[in-house]
Amino acid sequence: MLTLNINGKPRQLDVPEDMPLLWALRDVLDLKGTKFGCGVAQCGACTVHVDGEATRACVTPVGTVLDAKITTIEGVGASPQGKALQAAWLDLDVMQCGYCQAGQIMTAAALLARTSKPDDTAIDDAMEGNLCRCATYKRIRAAIKTASGQSADDRREA
Amino acid sequence: MDTSRRLFLQAGAAVGGGLMLGFGVRADAAATAVTLTDYVIVAPDGVVTVMAKNPEIGQGAKTMLPMLIAEEMDLPWSSLRIETAASDPKRYGAQFAGGSMTTTMNWLPMRQVGAAARWMLIAAAAQKVGAPHDAFSTAEGQVIHTPSGKRFTYGALAADAAKINPPKLDDLPLKDPKAFKLIGQSKAGYDSPKIVRGEPIFGIDMTLPGMLYAVYVKSPVYGARLISCDLTAVKAAHGVKDAFILKGTDWHGLQDGIAIVANSWWYAQTARERLKPVWDEAAGAPHDSLIYLEQAKDLVKGPGEVKQSHGDADGALASAAKTISAFYEVPFLAHVPMEPQNCTARVTADGAEIWAPTQNPNSGGELVARTLGIGPEKVVVHMRRSGGGFGRRLENDYMAEAAAIAQKAGAPIKLVWSREDDIAYDYFRPGCYHQLRAGIDGDGRLSVYDCHSVTFARDGKVAQGASIEGNAFAPMVTPNFRLTQSLIPSTVPTGYLRAPTSNAIAFVHESFWDEIAHAAGQDPVAFRLAQLDAHAGDKADYNPGRMRRVLAAVAERAKWGQATLPKGEGMGVATYFSHRGYFAEVAHVRIADDGQWRVVKVWAVGDVGSHIINPTGAYNQVEGSIMDGIGSMEAGMTFEKGRAVQVNFQDIPMMRMPKAPLIDAHFLASDFPPTGLGEPALPPILPAVANAIFAATGIRIRKLPVLPEDIAAGRRVA
Repeated sequence: MLTLNINGKPRQLDVPEDMPLLWALRDVLDLKGTKFGCGVAQCGACTVHVDGEATRACVTPVGTVLDAKITTIEGVGASPQGKALQAAWLDLDVMQCGYCQAGQIMTAAALLARTSKPDDTAIDDAMEGNLCRCATYKRIRAAIKTASGQSADDRREA
Repeated sequence: MDTSRRLFLQAGAAVGGGLMLGFGVRADAAATAVTLTDYVIVAPDGVVTVMAKNPEIGQGAKTMLPMLIAEEMDLPWSSLRIETAASDPKRYGAQFAGGSMTTTMNWLPMRQVGAAARWMLIAAAAQKVGAPHDAFSTAEGQVIHTPSGKRFTYGALAADAAKINPPKLDDLPLKDPKAFKLIGQSKAGYDSPKIVRGEPIFGIDMTLPGMLYAVYVKSPVYGARLISCDLTAVKAAHGVKDAFILKGTDWHGLQDGIAIVANSWWYAQTARERLKPVWDEAAGAPHDSLIYLEQAKDLVKGPGEVKQSHGDADGALASAAKTISAFYEVPFLAHVPMEPQNCTARVTADGAEIWAPTQNPNSGGELVARTLGIGPEKVVVHMRRSGGGFGRRLENDYMAEAAAIAQKAGAPIKLVWSREDDIAYDYFRPGCYHQLRAGIDGDGRLSVYDCHSVTFARDGKVAQGASIEGNAFAPMVTPNFRLTQSLIPSTVPTGYLRAPTSNAIAFVHESFWDEIAHAAGQDPVAFRLAQLDAHAGDKADYNPGRMRRVLAAVAERAKWGQATLPKGEGMGVATYFSHRGYFAEVAHVRIADDGQWRVVKVWAVGDVGSHIINPTGAYNQVEGSIMDGIGSMEAGMTFEKGRAVQVNFQDIPMMRMPKAPLIDAHFLASDFPPTGLGEPALPPILPAVANAIFAATGIRIRKLPVLPEDIAAGRRVA
């Protein structure tokens, strides 16, 4: 039996240590907000926080995060950054299909936790690994800026 | 599809004593199937539940359709609940997400549903007060007796309204658009609060008691049959409950493969490595992208089949003062929606129940019935929110697989495809090849346009999604025109990708138009405007006046021709009419010395009729379509020995945050009924970008994907 610390609570599960965190969350612990997109860390749909770092759960064996604090989309609203991002995502109506957006919010929350007011370059660098097939990038950028108390304008060509 | 179908209304009591209102649909008076159903449920406490009839794949139908009903009912948006309807075509008519048809087909009927509900609520109040119908008005979920000012909530009237004979829809007055309160106001996605909290609302999030997880392993070679497979090792793998072989040859449904059923999807996926299946893959050998290209180059030298012709193309080419010709290549593309294909199925002696993210639930139910050999009435399909569609989920092959696996496993199962499965077993946007010729007369006017297109065939016919017809502009404005088609037989499964056909041929024809404009020594915008003006009176599906307006507007917004751009930058323009929408777009590109290219900004102006129903959703669709189109210019699927070469996202470049351009999107209202926005903004962006690269570098892009090394090499030659 393994114990993971997820969203501030200990969760026990009986799985092999090499099971990726993604499948432990989704299939074993019934936390389905973390999404499966590619299985090879190429799309970011499965992004969670491991000790505050944005991490691809699809390539993270549970055995490597037994001592870590894991935060998922279900728990990110407990942090001020997560809460502000969720609100901005709704205010700006970011979503189309919405499937990637949990991962987008998780990556953005980790960015805001280390850079309180990221500029466009910092947003580009942090978010490049998160694919949005509906390509809602314009609104994702605006929502990150709004959530961090900045003007929503894209300043890249200013 | 005929949208002038007769509508039938009937009211009945809902559970709990509320008003349940719906309509049945039948194709014409002679049809026998008239079924009644519910769209609007008014609970006694005033909460109104409105059904969204079509799948939600990110195009916003779940929010937009109920807006139409609520508008005519004078419902306050905040009191509204929205539920996705069951898949039941007898009740709801055709239910699908495709062809940008949701708005086109439902603009009138959904408003009529709302108007009828409002009429019945007024009738109930009229009975109560003993006053005529026209003494009442409605506002904010209440019926108001105008002379006295007395108000009745919809909730209080619902039980009585349910006993009223419903009105005839044709006689029912609809709101004056000037009085619209919801239509034209932005309403955020109804499910979005659940999504930001990570609630399990997508297809892949489905669970059932006792559910097991499955993968289904097919040959990477299309059409290959399974000869044998030893299952001993896979059955012994950790967590695996069962493994078995299924047989099938339906390329829209069940094909030969091996099912692995396990306690967790990861156990099933990991156990795949233990399989050593033996396939008969001989049929795939000649299917290779390099062979296809050689075949295409040969075919365009031959006669082909003339699909469309007027005037004398050969004569006009012979007598033209100047002729230009070009060969264009467009690759296959994968859909790759973010949510991989998946389906949850429970099959018992009583029938099958299916939960799936699908664009096409009605035909999915029929496919499951055929696959299991049971009556279609024994299949229930529940639509789950889809993590993208882009046309991939018009096919329901995953439903057939899940149902067959659940039946054999004797337990509910959730089938999830890996991303590698999702790419390998796609129904690809087919590639195509085009030999174009144009002639310009002595006055600088275009005299002839001739195109020989090579596309793909299956079973002797043009393959699904492989039509090369539909470019409306060139045949309208060219006195001598010919479109010829040749076919390459292929085993590669093909289908419909967002803006099918247009997403390929807009690039070809609108790039070639740019070539023609330059050959004629004219500005690409002015050249198109002149052609549209010359045909202003033409009456066809393509309305030149609507396109002229959007083109003139986009040129103005982009300050076309006014800016002097730095070296390595350029602007390009294109127009395209598809899915009933008119779009003109200008792209500004920047190209680095090594050929790396990036779109800096896009201006788009569209005309999709009289109203933009939900502006926030509409702009999101236009912005997404443009970025999707630009992203697709870096991607291409290739094939070797009958199998796909690319396997996961690392092989399929797509638009990502740093390359996302600034977008200035704008709509022009016109006097035509509103039409859909899932697709028409996409096709013109590809040629607009290609034409901008030409403006920046002098290198003409005639082949997709646009590779930096090709641009760099072109510069060295130049």
